[in-house]
Amino acid sequence: MREQSLALIEAQPARHVPEPHIPGDLAMWFFILAELAVFGVFFLVYGVYRRQQPALFAEGQTHLDLLLPTLNTLLLIAGSACMVAAVRRFAQDRQRAARQSLLLAMVFGGGFLVCKLYELVGKFMAGISLSSNDFWMFYLSLTVFHFLHVVLGMVIVAAVWWMARDGRYGPGRLDGVETAAAYWHMVDLVWLVLFALVYVAR
Amino acid sequence: MSNATVAPLPASKATVNDQIKYRSQAVAKPYFVAAIGLFIGQILFGLIIGLQYFKGDFLFPAIPFGTARMVHTNLLIVWLLFGFMGAGYFLIPEECERELYSPKLAIITFWVFLVAGALTIVGYLGLPYNVLAHITGNDLLPTMGRGYLEQPLITKVGIVLVALSFLFNLSMTLLSGRKTSISIVMMLGLWGLAIFFLFSFVNPNNLVLDKYFWWWVVHLWVEGVWELIMGAMLAFVLVKVTGVDREIIEKWLYLIIAMTLITGIIGTGHHYFWIGTPGYWQLLGSIFSALEPVPFFMMTVFAFNMVKRRRREHPNQAATLWALGTGVMSFLGAGVWGFLGTLSVVNYYTHGTQLTAAHGHMAFYGAYAMVVLTMISYTMPLLRGREANSAAAQKLEKTAFWVMTLAIVGITLSLTAAAVTQVSLQRLSASPLSFMETQQHIMPMYWARFGFGLCFFTGLMMYVTSFFVTGKRES
Repeated sequence: MREQSLALIEAQPARHVPEPHIPGDLAMWFFILAELAVFGVFFLVYGVYRRQQPALFAEGQTHLDLLLPTLNTLLLIAGSACMVAAVRRFAQDRQRAARQSLLLAMVFGGGFLVCKLYELVGKFMAGISLSSNDFWMFYLSLTVFHFLHVVLGMVIVAAVWWMARDGRYGPGRLDGVETAAAYWHMVDLVWLVLFALVYVAR
Repeated sequence: MSNATVAPLPASKATVNDQIKYRSQAVAKPYFVAAIGLFIGQILFGLIIGLQYFKGDFLFPAIPFGTARMVHTNLLIVWLLFGFMGAGYFLIPEECERELYSPKLAIITFWVFLVAGALTIVGYLGLPYNVLAHITGNDLLPTMGRGYLEQPLITKVGIVLVALSFLFNLSMTLLSGRKTSISIVMMLGLWGLAIFFLFSFVNPNNLVLDKYFWWWVVHLWVEGVWELIMGAMLAFVLVKVTGVDREIIEKWLYLIIAMTLITGIIGTGHHYFWIGTPGYWQLLGSIFSALEPVPFFMMTVFAFNMVKRRRREHPNQAATLWALGTGVMSFLGAGVWGFLGTLSVVNYYTHGTQLTAAHGHMAFYGAYAMVVLTMISYTMPLLRGREANSAAAQKLEKTAFWVMTLAIVGITLSLTAAAVTQVSLQRLSASPLSFMETQQHIMPMYWARFGFGLCFFTGLMMYVTSFFVTGKRES
């Protein structure tokens, strides 16, 4: 018995001597870099256009309500916190609690989607479209594109939640959860920049 | 039909081939043979039009430039489709771990497609296009006369039927078999291919809308769903030749296709700069298409990474070379050369110049021709009953790889030089020359392009010869 447990300890050296490593899957980090490049280019071009037409962009921003987007920011950050909690709890092998964290992350993400949809529908009802002017074109394409990323993030979290049913993740087996968390943080990060750039900076 | 797993093989040879896991995979062979045959035809017509660039009356009036160009591009599409279908018939049973639902249907489909394709080419060459249009019922539903979609209505309907039969066959196989990421991505791509082809029947009178939907076929094929097919084929071959864990390869595949779709779908906008579509396309098209190289770059990293981490030395070295070549050349051709003219501010000057031709040649070869050749290189030895070809045959095949690939680089560079001249004389100059005057200044580049075209044909002949090298003399 003691021999067996000794063998077990020997088989898991990584737990005792944590080596620096990239959390999650390397391929996901490539993907995240690519995604950040897409948004980065988008933000850059936004900046250039805004510089050229400051009055138009300032006027457009006066039509943006700040309350709901601020709530949305909090929702996404709360979702990120849940993902961190999920990784920690899986690392402690607290399966039930970890899965609940994942579920909660999806609830926060869903809340974001509902608020965002409400906001977008309002804009469409007001007759705003991609062709209205450059500000609204950026507003719509940036927010809708980000919206789709939140959806993708939720799909990834849902997949992890689904696969976690039979104890796939646990101490030393965190790759999938970390990968999903990394993606969620990316979506969160992009929103923080988008929120600051399009809504707040006037 | 219910007992499809033991369906008899329609092929005449009764000898047992122990290199393929499922006997019905053998239906891929005629598809690959036809693909190579049509590939040769495509290159021959490419040489004809390459020559006509500087010797305008060559073969006049028998084969005018417009006709030969149509045959050149249509043969390209058709041989690639044969390649994809062959790949599908080989890959899906292997991934699903069961026999093809109906090998007989696959063979019938093959002959229908081949005969229809051949008749269409004969129609192009033997009849004036308007006569062909008239007798094939273009008056009923006008669909002809648009680039890549020149096929008569009956051929288009035929393509849809062939695609349906093919997809039915593979989907039935997949439904009752093992489902892997590779097979699912492959099927997604193939279904997308068929669905977007349906837009070839959409031909509004409004020229803007006509072009708008034309790109739904052309762009969403080559910069959308075809990339899924390509990714799946590349992943399949890499699993086989490197022995790297399927899980790792599939993860890469998912991320690559996600990136493809994120950039490629809205990237359609880079065709909507100057055709009368709303102004925002200049921005959306520029941003998203500028990032279309990313998935191709990921494919390059993917291919090299997997080969580096290989767990076995597969005897088929030629297939590995083709797979790596696909990674590099698709990135250069589709990624880098595509990027050159994709920003609207640049495209304003380069639109419709030889830059498009330069990009088109390297991208089609680097991405789609090469991925089909990768698949053929891996599967043909198996279909012919050996794990890999003899050393001598592989050596010739690898030489052919280099000759063809370098020839395409030469063609691309010649056409890029032509584009630079064209843009500067015809578009940027303070006193711009006319189109035809400019052409006179490009003649040396057209000569060079034709020379590299001959090199390519030589490489292709070496490639074909490699199938007949037994290598017995060496041993």
